[in-house]
Amino acid sequence: MTEKQSKLGANGQIRRIMRWLIAATALASSIQAFADWSALNMTKGVTEISRQVYDLHMLIFTICVVIGVVVFGIMIWSMLVHRKSLGAEPASFSHSTKLEYAWTIIPIFILVGMAVPATSTLRDMYDASGADMDIEVRGYQWKWQYTYLSDDPAQEVKFMSSLLTPADEYYNRTPKREHYLADVDNPLVIPINKRVRFLITSNDVIHSWWVPDFAVKKDAIPGFVHESWAVVEEPGIYRGKCTELCGKDHGFMPIVVKAVEQDEYDAWLAMKQQEALEVYETVGKTWTMAELMETGEQVYAQHCQTCHQANGEGIPPAFPSLVGQGLAIGPMDAHVDIVVNGKAGSAMQAFAAQLNPAEIAAVVTYERNAWGNDVGDMVQPRDVNALITGEE
Amino acid sequence: MSAVIENHHDDHHHGPDKGLMRWVLTTNHKDIGTLYLWFSFAMFLVGGCMALVIRAELFQPGLQLVVPEFFNQMTTMHGLIMVFGAVMPAFVGLANWLVPMMIGAPDMALPRMNNYSFWILPFAFGMLLSTLFMEGGAPNFGWTFYAPLSTEYAPPSVTFFIFAVHLMGISSIMGSINVVVTILNLRAPGMRLMDMPLFVWTWLITAYLLIAVMPVLAGVVTMMLMDIHFGTAFFNAGGGGDPVLFQHVFWFFGHPEVYIMILPAFGVVSAIIPTFARKKLFGYDSMVYATASIAFLSFIVWAHHMFTVGMPIAGELYFMYATMLIAVPTGVKVFNWVATMWQGSMTFETPMLFAIAFVILFTIGGLSGLMLAIVPADFQYHDTYFVVAHFHYVLVPGSIFSIMAAAYYWLPKWTGNMYDETLGKTHFWLSFVGVNVTFFPQHFIGLAGMPRRYPDYALQFADWNMVSSMGAFLFGFSQLLFLFIVIKCIRGGKQATDEVWDGAEGLEWTVASPAPYHTFSTPPALPERSMA
Repeated sequence: MTEKQSKLGANGQIRRIMRWLIAATALASSIQAFADWSALNMTKGVTEISRQVYDLHMLIFTICVVIGVVVFGIMIWSMLVHRKSLGAEPASFSHSTKLEYAWTIIPIFILVGMAVPATSTLRDMYDASGADMDIEVRGYQWKWQYTYLSDDPAQEVKFMSSLLTPADEYYNRTPKREHYLADVDNPLVIPINKRVRFLITSNDVIHSWWVPDFAVKKDAIPGFVHESWAVVEEPGIYRGKCTELCGKDHGFMPIVVKAVEQDEYDAWLAMKQQEALEVYETVGKTWTMAELMETGEQVYAQHCQTCHQANGEGIPPAFPSLVGQGLAIGPMDAHVDIVVNGKAGSAMQAFAAQLNPAEIAAVVTYERNAWGNDVGDMVQPRDVNALITGEE
Repeated sequence: MSAVIENHHDDHHHGPDKGLMRWVLTTNHKDIGTLYLWFSFAMFLVGGCMALVIRAELFQPGLQLVVPEFFNQMTTMHGLIMVFGAVMPAFVGLANWLVPMMIGAPDMALPRMNNYSFWILPFAFGMLLSTLFMEGGAPNFGWTFYAPLSTEYAPPSVTFFIFAVHLMGISSIMGSINVVVTILNLRAPGMRLMDMPLFVWTWLITAYLLIAVMPVLAGVVTMMLMDIHFGTAFFNAGGGGDPVLFQHVFWFFGHPEVYIMILPAFGVVSAIIPTFARKKLFGYDSMVYATASIAFLSFIVWAHHMFTVGMPIAGELYFMYATMLIAVPTGVKVFNWVATMWQGSMTFETPMLFAIAFVILFTIGGLSGLMLAIVPADFQYHDTYFVVAHFHYVLVPGSIFSIMAAAYYWLPKWTGNMYDETLGKTHFWLSFVGVNVTFFPQHFIGLAGMPRRYPDYALQFADWNMVSSMGAFLFGFSQLLFLFIVIKCIRGGKQATDEVWDGAEGLEWTVASPAPYHTFSTPPALPERSMA
């Protein structure tokens, strides 16, 4: 029969396979020299949940690899042995009820085996009760705002967190340093071993807040507040990213979470509260033109420049130019209004929620008197504050 | 109903007209099939160039070639053009050529509508591509165009995008109505549904999916249009609307859509593997049932694309379980193909190589799909390069390899000439290596934490991005070889026999090579119950 023939052929084939395997191993080891293998797999992370997720990932991955090896192994064996060039004659079978039942039912059991641990992990992840503290995470184009919620509004700490990497680095004008595109000016600071609940929402388009080490990824959606939580066990700096396309700088709004001991956290929080108080006091004083211009330039660079560009000329039509046209050289009231309240139906945000009155006054003054704009007037923080609060 | 018009007059129907007007006015299924296939190939190259812009930018960290605004336009247009312009029209082209010949029909049932459904497409894509030159640029919100990024925050060209999508939808709906009517009414006398070749079966089911979901897509883009221009707030939370509603409606279309792009591929592979294994397809009946099950399941799993939008746990669990179920009928299909190969007498011509690569690489994409179905793990995979790797594995070495397999398999029937086998195999190996070098490392990049749709990335992702980019250029340029092989085959080559392949079964192999302009003007007599 042809069976003998194909066996003979198979021995030659097996030698060929061995040669291929040796070659493949050599290739794999040369790749090893080139790549960092820790960059190939999911992180285990630093929370109970993230370790559960990692284990689940490795379990399904292993099952998939085993299925793949079995199915592809049979296929490759068949391709090597059942070939016409080796004299194989085609068999005539075209169905087998038993076999077909088997490969319908066995996968169902495998799937149940995967679904059970997946369900239990998911239930743990969804149990957000008993939080020790709440932090509101709010996505903006293209930065994050963190608010440490408190029953006493005076105790609330609120700040923006945006990319620290300078444009010179991503436009290849200066060398890229460590944590390229992964560093922010104001990281989120949380205490370790506390159940921290994140209340995630957005101010404009949909973003997604992802910290791989916590296995937390939740979409930040305007009009919705979603919750997620983490108990971080080790102090450290954990980096994450925005994972929902949110416009041009989607890739430039990283997340940095600094987990610290409780004492350090308390000290940091007290400092932040003190800072907030100082800022509040600046609103009352009368600023000079030079002070407003200096602060305004900093605020512009941090908050306005990504859209309106460093030279003020914007990227029309989405991001209009501020130079020699429009509100920036028009009436002061309208200019302050658009910065405070934003413009509906456009990417222009309402900055009253992000900037304090002094910063708004400074940036408006700056825009009216920079890049050849020479309106020459200025606005005081207390006037901006009056507009925001509606008080005279 | 109208009376059947008997064509008594012997108007010796003749070959095609000459010149450009032949192609503009044609109602011949073979001409229209050819138009679809060339159009699809042109779009494949356009979308491929956009992919190469993306991969060139990602070759190294930093912004070298394009700015982020343009990068987003490239990812968006690449996705839209490949899905709606390359893969779908290619399958419609194959359906036009093959369905009538496989069921013994003289043409598609609605030839004039067939002409319209093709000729809408160049206008739709002309309009879509013209947005690249508009002020504010082309759509830049991803091919999934999530609101409100695609409504309140969209560039002005979004209106042209919406109209283009409407046109594509009309074309698809007309095309699929034609396929359904042809298959249900024009089968050769005596051919039962369960006698049809699997390619016909998979297209019948695909056509129903299209008719069901293209109106949903039209609905969602119309709601966007209303939000943008007429003051409604379907997707605007500030006006009482719901951005998540957009995603539910979109994916109610989107998930069946991904099966629209793979079911005909199953049909192609189910035709090719038996031919070159010289053995009947294993489990024909279960293949049909599996295809129907996959199609049904595709309607009830849509929210697995949205596990991170904050659905309640009951929703997450339901969509996870339902999604995992798809593995069962898909597994049945893979096992059937392997069983067809088992104890066959195989040869490895180019179509067979592409078909086998399809089975292996599509299965890899299916297995990573199973991983993505597991909700807690998906929280780590979602919107990273792991997802990009997954869907490119099912779409490139999945759908596109099957289209190439089909092209090589039926080219001799279409042109009357054999293609150059050596060049065909070279094309296969270049594509096979290119596709794996491009997309396999993307699994690693994703697991290590690189999100998709990023124009620039942190330094730890640099090595594998570079590898991936090199693979992409290899794969991209290999397709020019494919173009060369096809043109060479059209212009000449070894004369093909009518049967072409010694193990081929089916009515299309009973007509002459090249297939005459009109085939089966009188219905063929079926060989006894052997079509299955």
